Amino acid sequence: MSLFKEFLKGIWEKNPVLVLSLGLCPTLATSGSMKNAVGMGLSVIAVLTFSNIIISLIKSFVPSKIRIPCYIIVIAFLVTVVDMLIAGFAPELSKAIGLFIKLIVVNCIILGRAEAFAAKNNPLRAALDGLGMGIGFLIAISIIATVREVLGANKWFGLTVVPGWDPIGIMILPAGALLTFGLVMAVRNVLAQRRAK
Amino acid sequence: MENKLLKLSSSPHIRSGDSVPKVMWTVFLALLPALIWSYVIFGLMAVKLTVVCVLFAMVCEAACLKIRKQPVKSCWDGSAALTGLLVAFNVPPTIPLWMPMLGTAVAVVIVKQCFGGLGCNIFNPALIGRAFLLASFPKHMTSWTLGAQFGNPVDAVSQATPLGLLKEGGQEALLEAFGSKGSMYLDLAFGYGRGAIGCVGEISAVLLLLGGLFLLIRGIISWHIPISFLLTLAVVTFLFKGDPLFAILSGGAMLGAFFMATDMVTSPLTHKGQLIFGFGCGLLTFIIRRWGGYPEGVSYSILIMNATVPLIDGLVSNRVFGTGKK
Repeated sequence: MSLFKEFLKGIWEKNPVLVLSLGLCPTLATSGSMKNAVGMGLSVIAVLTFSNIIISLIKSFVPSKIRIPCYIIVIAFLVTVVDMLIAGFAPELSKAIGLFIKLIVVNCIILGRAEAFAAKNNPLRAALDGLGMGIGFLIAISIIATVREVLGANKWFGLTVVPGWDPIGIMILPAGALLTFGLVMAVRNVLAQRRAK
Repeated sequence: MENKLLKLSSSPHIRSGDSVPKVMWTVFLALLPALIWSYVIFGLMAVKLTVVCVLFAMVCEAACLKIRKQPVKSCWDGSAALTGLLVAFNVPPTIPLWMPMLGTAVAVVIVKQCFGGLGCNIFNPALIGRAFLLASFPKHMTSWTLGAQFGNPVDAVSQATPLGLLKEGGQEALLEAFGSKGSMYLDLAFGYGRGAIGCVGEISAVLLLLGGLFLLIRGIISWHIPISFLLTLAVVTFLFKGDPLFAILSGGAMLGAFFMATDMVTSPLTHKGQLIFGFGCGLLTFIIRRWGGYPEGVSYSILIMNATVPLIDGLVSNRVFGTGKK
């Protein structure tokens, strides 16, 4: 597979959220507003890319019996760095989604890519895979957050969309997250089927 | 062309006259008295609301059938129209029109068609429509106005429903609003005076009961769900020192018991299962009314019990003839 395709597959063909159904907990929990969603997406991109590179570099001398704990340590180290950076430079964002940033440690996209890809490929491919998957995650969560924030709070990035309109409050509640996620996934499947024809 | 008369399908060969449109339009007929009474009480608001919801439900249904490549003319079978009417019955008359339209769209498109269309939905579409609206627009969905009395136009001042009064001020507040216990029962039963308040279709308990009895006589519903529902509600209310008659006359108890809980698609198949289903609805209604955050809990209790229907059906399934005892 060409390097460019390696990067591209995470965005559409194997989108971690909409196709692989991984990392749904942060997707559902932080997609209530664009600000949180983008913060979450960027953190995942950072952690995923660097964890893929490091794990690909150390893959030859990690004993296979304890590889998962080793991956977790690498990921936890990166997440701590990201968490502290956010807490330092964007305290408000940290207050809103801090808990979910810490939970990136056990995010199945990151562990999944480490196990399924980074441990079997060279650092360059692993980096591109991580970057593509991370951007795929960011795009998916941004689409869901856009739908939810516009319909549920009548806002986008905190700016009012239609003045004087009563937003559909359920969309920023957890029920709205599941509803939007299902519908966005369905739309992606329909588009994919059309393309396949 | 082949001759239809010569075609033989597998047994049974008894032909029943029932069809989807026939059942649906019979339910419509049963709802007619309550519908007319809501027109009398709430006037043009209720007319607009019900007509728009029914038409919009059919439009949504037709659009979904078209997308799903199903015969579009099935949108005339009455099931979508009935869903639309029930959504309209479950909202306050003063709500801005686009809100119940949204609720109708959610009911028909997401709850019904996304799950596979008529007969495949897990939850009662109209009630999910109501729950969706209640979670989205809590202010509009809980602002009530007293309906018009003969001669008086609709009062624009918002007031509490009888169940709201009970929740806020207890029995004393109720007695103060209605005058006496006797007039309270009468007002609630006929949906008149201080009792003419609430969702569009739930104000008159007697007219809904009349429609329910009509359905029972025509054999569209069996007595098991409504009776166990209302009986449980009354008995539990009595045990906890409430007013059992008030409990079944107020709010959506009648509408829920006869028209919502009995939905063929989302209720258990066997009579034993239906008794359990009704019991659960009644108990949950009481629990939500007494200890929950909302004054009225009929819709949520039915939805929760909808989710348990597969379990109930598995629990009380009939032994198949010819198979051994367990």
